[in-house]
Amino acid sequence: MTAFPWLSLLTALPLVGALVLLAFGGLGKLFVRFSALAFSFAALVLTLFLWHNFDSASGSLQFQERISWIPSLSVEYRVAIDGLGLLMLLLTSIVVPIAIIASCRIQERVPLYYSLVLILQACLFGTFTSLNFFHWFIFWELSLIPAFFLIRLWGGPRRTSAATQFLVYTMVGSVAMLLSFLAIFLATHKFDFIDLAAMARNGQLMPAVIDKLDWRRFSPGHLALIVFSGALLGFAVKVPLFPFHTWLPSAYSEAPTGTTILLTGAMSKMGVYGFLRILLPIFGAQMQVVLTPLLWLAVATIVFSAYAALAQKDLKRIFAYSSINHLGYCLLAIFALAKFTGVDTFLTTQKYAAMNGVFLQMFNHGLTAATLFWFVAMLEKRSGGLRGLDDFGGLRKVAPVFSGLMGIALFSSLGLPGLNGFIGEFLIFKGSFPLVTWATSLAVIGLLMTAIFVLGILQRVFSGPLNRRWASLPDLTVGERIVLAPAIGLMFVLGLYPQLVLGVVNNTVIQLVQQIKF
Amino acid sequence: MLAWTIYISFLGAAGVLLLPRGSVASARILALVTAVAGFGIAFIYFLQHRTGAMLTIVRIPWVPTLGIEYHLAADGISLTLILLTGIIAITGILFSWNIEERANEFFAFYLLLIGAVYGVFLSYDLFLLFVFYEIVIIPKYFLIAIWGSTRREYGAMKLALYSFVGSAMVLIGLIAAYVVAGAKTTSLSQLAQFPFSPHFQIYAFPLVFVGFAILAGMWPLHTWAPTGHVAAPTAASMLLAGVVMKLGAYGCLRVAMVLFPLGLGPWGVHVLGLGSWRDVFALLAVIGIIYGALVALVQKDFKFVIGYSSVSHMGFVLLGLMTLNQIGISGAVLQMFSHGILAGLLFAVVGRMVYARTHTRDLAALNAMNLHKVIPFAAVTFIIAGMASMGLPGFSGFVAELMVLIGVWRAYPLLALCVGFGLVVGVVYIWRAMQKAFFIGAGVVPAPPNPPLPPIAFPERLGATILIAASVLIGLYPQVLLNVIVPALNSPLFDGLRKGSWQ
Repeated sequence: MTAFPWLSLLTALPLVGALVLLAFGGLGKLFVRFSALAFSFAALVLTLFLWHNFDSASGSLQFQERISWIPSLSVEYRVAIDGLGLLMLLLTSIVVPIAIIASCRIQERVPLYYSLVLILQACLFGTFTSLNFFHWFIFWELSLIPAFFLIRLWGGPRRTSAATQFLVYTMVGSVAMLLSFLAIFLATHKFDFIDLAAMARNGQLMPAVIDKLDWRRFSPGHLALIVFSGALLGFAVKVPLFPFHTWLPSAYSEAPTGTTILLTGAMSKMGVYGFLRILLPIFGAQMQVVLTPLLWLAVATIVFSAYAALAQKDLKRIFAYSSINHLGYCLLAIFALAKFTGVDTFLTTQKYAAMNGVFLQMFNHGLTAATLFWFVAMLEKRSGGLRGLDDFGGLRKVAPVFSGLMGIALFSSLGLPGLNGFIGEFLIFKGSFPLVTWATSLAVIGLLMTAIFVLGILQRVFSGPLNRRWASLPDLTVGERIVLAPAIGLMFVLGLYPQLVLGVVNNTVIQLVQQIKF
Repeated sequence: MLAWTIYISFLGAAGVLLLPRGSVASARILALVTAVAGFGIAFIYFLQHRTGAMLTIVRIPWVPTLGIEYHLAADGISLTLILLTGIIAITGILFSWNIEERANEFFAFYLLLIGAVYGVFLSYDLFLLFVFYEIVIIPKYFLIAIWGSTRREYGAMKLALYSFVGSAMVLIGLIAAYVVAGAKTTSLSQLAQFPFSPHFQIYAFPLVFVGFAILAGMWPLHTWAPTGHVAAPTAASMLLAGVVMKLGAYGCLRVAMVLFPLGLGPWGVHVLGLGSWRDVFALLAVIGIIYGALVALVQKDFKFVIGYSSVSHMGFVLLGLMTLNQIGISGAVLQMFSHGILAGLLFAVVGRMVYARTHTRDLAALNAMNLHKVIPFAAVTFIIAGMASMGLPGFSGFVAELMVLIGVWRAYPLLALCVGFGLVVGVVYIWRAMQKAFFIGAGVVPAPPNPPLPPIAFPERLGATILIAASVLIGLYPQVLLNVIVPALNSPLFDGLRKGSWQ
């Protein structure tokens, strides 16, 4: 505990950076790129400082700041992090420098580009630290605006429709979520996530909502489900959950690759974070009521997206679908957590495993997907923008280091033991299997499909006869190897020693699981 | 002291007229000084009286035989709207810096309108309120008819006729109340305490409410608003959408609902599922929100998009009033403020920054110009104003709509879902207009404006900054205004409403 507002400082830092870039953008592109990088590294250092000072033995909310803000609406400024928030902050701080480095192909309006990236980072920090709906929603919604313009102004040929689709889909979800939270506020006069979760645990929340809402046309159970479905829609679009995912492939593939890194590495975690922090603790009971359909949707997300990835020809679209697939595992585990609420020791252990898996999977997917898109960015730089599956072939002969390192990232995405992707998926499957056996079994199909398309990429891009066109494709430069090394190294470290993350988050996991009561 | 907001505006109007013809610069500066002084007075009063309670400023007999008094007073609701008027007055003049044609008369009419608006918000005597309310119509008509653009005579005449019809309805209702109460007084607080029979109120309430609601742009009597806004010169559109529409909503709350609270009660029968005037007007408000948004979605003229968006946003005000709970009505008052600021800003961008430079408002023509590269300041301002207008959190519109929606959940859950749909359409139409007006579409042949557009001038930058700052301030710290609005709603004036059907 500290009185110093570390978390507010962390959120403000990229905003200051954005203003600096806008104000001094005239000093040249090089200056802008370096100062953007400097600000993102400053944020990384600050996050590592928080990581270091975080009391992992308690696992509860720390670095708390509470200030009364709008008493008439019982809004207070409340920020704090537990293991979940901390992990997300760290992920964001790692992904943003990668995105900034990978954006070196951007030549137009460079100061604006980087300041939007930094604004987006501030919104992410805000989302992961806010505990009051009011300002959490400010960050949640405002993050759309920089993302929209990053796609709209620097994207590919079909950027207009991709950006608009992205914005409208997410807005529909946000409006539905807003309506739900207003109904809850009407009943409880509370916007605080932690208080609302406590009310839900005591079984007071939904009776209060049903009583106050006075909508007698519906039975209490149905009314609770209506309120739940609004909130669900908001997060389901963001993650995304099938069938609300259709905005994602075009947004990811049309966005400039640096932005895609940011979208998939950090922004997609906002949805999963919302499921863990908000949906599961507050609406656990409703989730349990509609568990079977939700599990079907999670399985559909996993299987269909992997199948769709198999059919794609564009590397970015493949990784976009693969992103949906990986986050689908998180949703599967989260829904599984809502299955039982008893005190059965065996099941509780499985729930710890599943939630630990979700945490790891979020972090690992962020790291791996960001790195994969980074490789795509480097490939585009060499090929002049080409990134089709069939445009290459035999690259390992001319660019062995590139092929080898990208291969590692691909295997991490596939979940090869020893690399970071494995442990998260393993814990998810281990934990979910006893809880929801049929759904977990079906989800295995997704793993197989992923293996097929990953091997397909390896074969068609890196192996086989060398495409003559790329005979002089340069391999990774020393500089690129140096900046890539930490990311690849982290994949091995987390794969071999996941305790690095688990040790910090484990107590938070235990608390969160124990708080799922209704 | 607050009464001087009225006098100083009228004096300023006279002063501008007395200046020699052709002294455009001094007319502008005098007008600006007057507007700043008016706002300054209001702001100082606001700092001194932050309780929101009703305080009488002036009270002297006027026509004693009829019980008419010259009675000015202010509570938190008046004060909120006075501050809004002050801000819009200042920025409206900043955005009229380019007016050269008959500038003296322009600013004289402008200040006359401002003074009368201050008068309406401060009047506590119904006769006096009505006098100021009528004065507003005259400068409004001339501002559009002389300095307007597209179909200005039509727009001005339509606006004037609608206003007169509304005033006539209000007048009939007020005279009836005056006679029924014994023809002794026109004081609002005394008439509010008179126990009008429920039967009388059921008839008188809709008459007065609709009379005022016409000016608030209630569907289906809104049609004056888009044409009027489009025809008006920029400063007049800002005033029309920014404060004149608020006069209507203010009248609905301050006069119709306060005098005839029982008029909101149930009829005893249900017609088409509607059981009271309250249900009827809530439904009309929601139709206005959705209809205004949908029509804005298909407009080809940039200014019509904003014109219809005003109809949509004023629907939130009327809906908030009809929730009849404290949070909903507070939200409605906050939305009046917020919409005033944002509509002013949007009309400033469309009318002054874009139309006055490109001389076209056709979205297809603007689309080819790729304006975000030519006048980036206008693009950024419109994006920020659009974000605020579509109810993105962090801006004033969000807090207001949030409070209205909480009230609506309480009163009409089904309508809350309909409003949610309206909000989504609100996002789409603003975003569509933004993309069409400032960003070149795929496959469109670029046609850069020729000759090159003049750069955005300092007064425009200043005006836009003031309005954006006001919106962000209220969005992040709405307590500033809620501190005065909420106590005002708890004052004895609203007793009847609270006892009658308050939830």
